[in-house]
Amino acid sequence: MTAFVGTTAAAPGGTAPPPPPPARRRRWLPYLLLLPGGLWLLLFFVVPSVQLAGTSLYDRSGSLELGYSQAFAFGNYGDAIIAYWPHLVRSALYAGIATIICAVLGYPLAYFIAQKSGRWRNLLLVCVIAPFFTTFLVRTLAWKSILSDNGPVTGFFRSLPFFPDDFRLLATPVAVVCGLVYNFLPFMVLPLYATLERLDGRLLEAAGDLYAKPATVFRRVTLPLSMPGVIAGTLLTFIPAAGDYINAELLGTPGEYMIGNVIDSAFLVRLDYPQAAALSFLLMATILVMVFSYIRAAGTDEVV
Amino acid sequence: MRFWRWVADHWVMVVGLLVLAYLFLPIVVVFLLSVNRPANRLSYDLSPSWTLEYWADPFGAAGLGAALRVSVGIALVATLVATVLGTLMAFALARHRFRGRATTNVLIFLPMATPEVVMGSSLLALFVTLRVPLGFWTVVVAHILFCLSFVVVTVKARLAGLDPRLQEAAMDLYANEWQTFRRVTLPLVLPGIAAAALLSLSLSFDDFIITNFNSGTTVTFPMYVWGAAQRGIPREVNVVGTAVFLLAFVLVVIVQLRSRRKARYV
Amino acid sequence: MADDLVLENVTKQFGGVTAVDDLSLTVPEGSFFALLGASGCGKTTTLRMVAGLEELSSGTVRLGDRDITGLRPYKRPVNTVFQSYALFPHLTVEDNIAFGLKQRGVKDTKKKVAEMLELVQLPAFGKRKPAQLSGGQQQRIALARALVNEPKVLLLDEPLGALDLKLRRQMQIELKRIQTEVGTTFLHVTHDQEEAMWMADTVAVMTEGKIAQLGSPTDIYEFPSSPFVANFLGQSNLFAAEVSGTAGDDLLLSAHGGRFAAPSSRAHSADGRVWLGVRPEKVRLALPGEDAPAGHNQVHGVLTDTCYAGVSTEYLLKTPWGQEMSVFSANAAAGEPLQPGTEVVAHWYPPHSFVLARQSGEGDEVMRYSADPLGVAP
Repeated sequence: MTAFVGTTAAAPGGTAPPPPPPARRRRWLPYLLLLPGGLWLLLFFVVPSVQLAGTSLYDRSGSLELGYSQAFAFGNYGDAIIAYWPHLVRSALYAGIATIICAVLGYPLAYFIAQKSGRWRNLLLVCVIAPFFTTFLVRTLAWKSILSDNGPVTGFFRSLPFFPDDFRLLATPVAVVCGLVYNFLPFMVLPLYATLERLDGRLLEAAGDLYAKPATVFRRVTLPLSMPGVIAGTLLTFIPAAGDYINAELLGTPGEYMIGNVIDSAFLVRLDYPQAAALSFLLMATILVMVFSYIRAAGTDEVV
Repeated sequence: MRFWRWVADHWVMVVGLLVLAYLFLPIVVVFLLSVNRPANRLSYDLSPSWTLEYWADPFGAAGLGAALRVSVGIALVATLVATVLGTLMAFALARHRFRGRATTNVLIFLPMATPEVVMGSSLLALFVTLRVPLGFWTVVVAHILFCLSFVVVTVKARLAGLDPRLQEAAMDLYANEWQTFRRVTLPLVLPGIAAAALLSLSLSFDDFIITNFNSGTTVTFPMYVWGAAQRGIPREVNVVGTAVFLLAFVLVVIVQLRSRRKARYV
Repeated sequence: MADDLVLENVTKQFGGVTAVDDLSLTVPEGSFFALLGASGCGKTTTLRMVAGLEELSSGTVRLGDRDITGLRPYKRPVNTVFQSYALFPHLTVEDNIAFGLKQRGVKDTKKKVAEMLELVQLPAFGKRKPAQLSGGQQQRIALARALVNEPKVLLLDEPLGALDLKLRRQMQIELKRIQTEVGTTFLHVTHDQEEAMWMADTVAVMTEGKIAQLGSPTDIYEFPSSPFVANFLGQSNLFAAEVSGTAGDDLLLSAHGGRFAAPSSRAHSADGRVWLGVRPEKVRLALPGEDAPAGHNQVHGVLTDTCYAGVSTEYLLKTPWGQEMSVFSANAAAGEPLQPGTEVVAHWYPPHSFVLARQSGEGDEVMRYSADPLGVAP
């Protein structure tokens, strides 16, 4: 046997020098790795969030030019709710409806890709994310063309009985929800796909073997096992949909405006920073409350 | 009745394909609009007049080329920084146990759960308070912020899927920590990092809401589209939209086909 | 010898759980040494501590005179063949094998890599990626990648676990051949008792973080030191017995009203409560009319099950005190196997017995049935 040449040279005299103490893994290394990114999040996310909380309590009689004074004006929240509660409700409603439709449309698609598509799977997945390759605004504007008063879709409905001749889709809640569904559907499909792909097809066959009808197999096996995906998908769809204002702006009228439209105009048009900040916080709070009660109801904390 | 039998057996596929068609419909419309001469400047409808003139000169619309250049510049800088910072964080979170790990995870999750309008407005408030002039660099800062979380999540997932024995094997074969990272871990995580970078690129290129709050007078491509939407959209925008789509689609399909060929041996 | 691997009082705790408990062990240089045990017995943890992948809670690991306890894995002259191989998927077979050489600054790796590929009989596979190899081929490459570094000790962590039975047999022969050829110390961790017995010069049976018995495969099989080993390595029939005296070189035992003999040299315990053990294949069956050879230990019983397995027939019989006993009978003679329900006498040559210490309480449950003379109790 060839002797190993390297670090093995034993000390003469038989007794080896005491070994170095076990190398302590470098405890500071993870902190060093986290430092730049963490600072970025701290400086540009945490600090602005805290500042926004402060801004929401400023005295509203100030202005950007003259400066605001901190008055701990909790009344700002009351004022904001009184003035804009319909927008808050509408945001939750539209986003909620859009999320449900996304789930209903997205589940069969995700199931089909995950369990039935065979060698077309990757191509179909690319097709799901394909809309992302076209700019969000351009896509949404395309819906303006599809749903326009002179377009074929509206024309089809007008030709049906029970639909008035001046029936329109554009500038209605239907158009806004349709746009929301379209824009956020991939966020529903991808997490659903991820859990359904891991679902063992033999479990479904076993359920069928044990006399379950297809509907029962779905209700008692497929759906429970894909719950993590359903939860992740609903959250990923609902959160951005509730804060969105582009669809309401482009496909709706001020009658369909959501809370995002109000925040946008309060910041950029009316320059009423305290109220805008209060509304932002209300939106955040609404979303977080819904998210956490939903997670609790669904009995999982895998999402965070 | 054979038809209904077939539908009963294949309805999942039928519904799935219909939903896919729904996803593709607007893209088709964008393409049609790019080869269609509008009846008037404000019209979103298709007219009977077809043309290739917009494809011949996509940058004919005033300001479109400049806006694209700004968008590409911002996307490149933001992607570079976010990918580096995010990858470092992902390594810390996936490879080390330390105090404050759970807090860090929440800190990374929160930006993803924050509506864009809130994130954009709070950043605007910060910049105004600090009297930072709005423009190219404030947009870059904002884009790095929202790309960062996505990079961390993507790279972390790839790292979690990595067999820890591979690193042990490298150490067993005389590679120290740094050599193990450079010769084994990094090459294996690279696809994840590339995916994260591509995601950042598209998120940044596509962003309108946060950019709108923090751009000042700088005009990105989405900002240009938004501004034009008020006065009638130049059809060249649809040319750019279609071209970007085709480019990205072909690229991804090629990558998919190549990885499938490799996967055949597994 | 100069490069024996010595573990002294090695302990490893994970949280509150002790995985390896004050273990001391010497692996002689050049030997093929197997650590055998069920999953969770601490064998893999022991191996990983030798590799440097796990820090010791206490104790020392030495290689010859050199203390390697605190050395990082990449400073140790040992290499590992990992479970599921851990071949680098992004490198070719050649680059995988050359990995360790390059790390140590060896310039000309080509020749050594080629030699190794020759040794594992895959000379034409250098340019392939691991994903293009079958399981058995990956296994050989993993072996080559470790051996090319000429380690003082080669560690094998369940290396054949992922292979199917036929391939496993083939690789066992192959591993043994390679070990003989290179002469490196092999420390092999496995849960497969046949694999350990086939290949190793020395086997250490581990349970609950300790070594239950250490010795050559024959020693351990023929003369196990505890009921655990007697049943972990193959099967044994164990009867609760008490030592009643001696006759020459033999111990006299009484069990369930019967009298038995066993050589004193095959007893781990020579007084009081003991287990009397015998391997199933050492036992013969006689019909009640036939005479068992004089001096043989005898147990009466009724056959409850007959399993014809080609080369042998495995019988289960029930003793009058309700204990089950198994007997393997080679199908060397002509004739039909005996049918269940047949009354038989099981007998064996006393030197095939072994005697183990029995704690008070152990086996008493079985003893209780001795009150049932007809042997009909469940």
